[in-house]
Amino acid sequence: MTRHLLSIDDVDAAAMAEIFDTAAEMHDVQRRAVKKLPALRGRTVINLFFEDSTRTRSSFEIAGKWLSADVINLSAKGSSASKGESLRDTVLTVTAMGVDGLVVRHGASGAAHQISQWVDVPVINAGDGMHEHPTQALLDTYTLTRRLGSLEGKHVAIVGDLTHSRVFRSNVKALLELGASVTAVAPPTLMPAGIDDWAKAAGFATSYELDPVLPSADAVMMLRVQRERMSGGYFPTAREYTVGYGLTRERLGLLGADTPILHPGPMNRGLEISADAADSVDRSVVLDQVSAGVAVRMSVLYHLLAGEETP
Amino acid sequence: MPTQPHVQDPGHDPGRVVLDAGDIHRALTRISHEILEHNKGADDLLLLGLHTRGVPLAQRLAEKIAEVEGTSVGTGSLDVTMYRDDLRSHPTRAPHKTSLPASGIDGKTVVLVDDVLYSGRTIRAALDAISDLGRPAVVRLAVLVDRGHRELPIRADHVGKNLPTARSERVSVRLAETDGADEVRIGDQPVPPPRTPRRDSEVQA
Repeated sequence: MTRHLLSIDDVDAAAMAEIFDTAAEMHDVQRRAVKKLPALRGRTVINLFFEDSTRTRSSFEIAGKWLSADVINLSAKGSSASKGESLRDTVLTVTAMGVDGLVVRHGASGAAHQISQWVDVPVINAGDGMHEHPTQALLDTYTLTRRLGSLEGKHVAIVGDLTHSRVFRSNVKALLELGASVTAVAPPTLMPAGIDDWAKAAGFATSYELDPVLPSADAVMMLRVQRERMSGGYFPTAREYTVGYGLTRERLGLLGADTPILHPGPMNRGLEISADAADSVDRSVVLDQVSAGVAVRMSVLYHLLAGEETP
Repeated sequence: MPTQPHVQDPGHDPGRVVLDAGDIHRALTRISHEILEHNKGADDLLLLGLHTRGVPLAQRLAEKIAEVEGTSVGTGSLDVTMYRDDLRSHPTRAPHKTSLPASGIDGKTVVLVDDVLYSGRTIRAALDAISDLGRPAVVRLAVLVDRGHRELPIRADHVGKNLPTARSERVSVRLAETDGADEVRIGDQPVPPPRTPRRDSEVQA
């Protein structure tokens, strides 16, 4: 493991295997009566969230607490950031209190990287703008690995709002690193600029059409349409988006009977994913992703914070 | 990530054999009888092996007890990585599997099984781990070798062999399941290899 987890590039296939092995053991802790391991006893982790989040923040909070760390949540709303304090001052102030690790979510791409230059404690990127969300990619690939076994040669379709998605960017890299093939599906307006060059260099496919991709998919990852990052004009109507790119009841027929369906949440039911897909007992792994999230984040916190102090 | 290498480096003094396969077999047979005698039978007995070599030892004891009593006894494995007091002085490694019988450990007579008892710190960690898993009626400790030099007030209930050693010496246990053969050797501590720099310490690009 590297000192920080800023990008999925910090984690190669071997490090992922190590994280997954640990996460598998952490998963067992979730089922225990005493959900507590002493590995981070006496260590303090701050969740610094400058953007709204429920599941990622609570997932990191639970993960830290189950490892016996003291976890403090700071959100931008109601903190001095809303009084005009600079990011650097906020970060230096909280680290001056003596914290041992920072989990950062910020609306600006590169914020976690920038913060890691200012502080001398491990920084975990919990989502930076439209850039990366490495722990989401780790929990998604972990969920898929538990479901499908090795991802070598498996075909994963990632569908939806690619432009605004840090989940997409981190997942493509993680899946390719694990030997999977990826097809990224989106309407032209939601394909990130320059994706063709990236796809060519990294070795994944893109498609403007969903139907031809689904039959060969070993897993489908649906992405949320991020209306809060859109200033209109990406697609004519929600209905039209659903017809072209939503995982509707009709499209489920194109999938294998137990092809896993992933969604990072929160879901826009009826827009990118139908209730039939989201609640499909044999296919939907949305809740597995949530419980895997805690296990994977415990694993990441353990590997970054429990070991030998780095100089 | 490997723990201590147990196969001797070529060229390094392999030490002398203090227990051969027959000795180990006899020691385990005796321990299994001791456990039964102490427990007055095999009821509510759970043999909990500590990773790595305590796990096959617990299996072997369970087989011997089954031969004698004609009933099977529960076995499990326990990993204490997260409970160690020296976590901060090593790079982290993925924990091994902790597995318990579905009936859990509450009210059982748990016998912890390990290969070597030395400082006692592993056992201290194991006792902490056990208390997070449930509340056994009794916890006992069985080890193949007790080499002394305790750093905590811990002693074994069942010992295969007491082996007086110097701290500078190294006791290496090899078992068929994990190392291909059964033997216990004692030799000089190899000079620790120069520490390889961790990837963690690399400066972020």
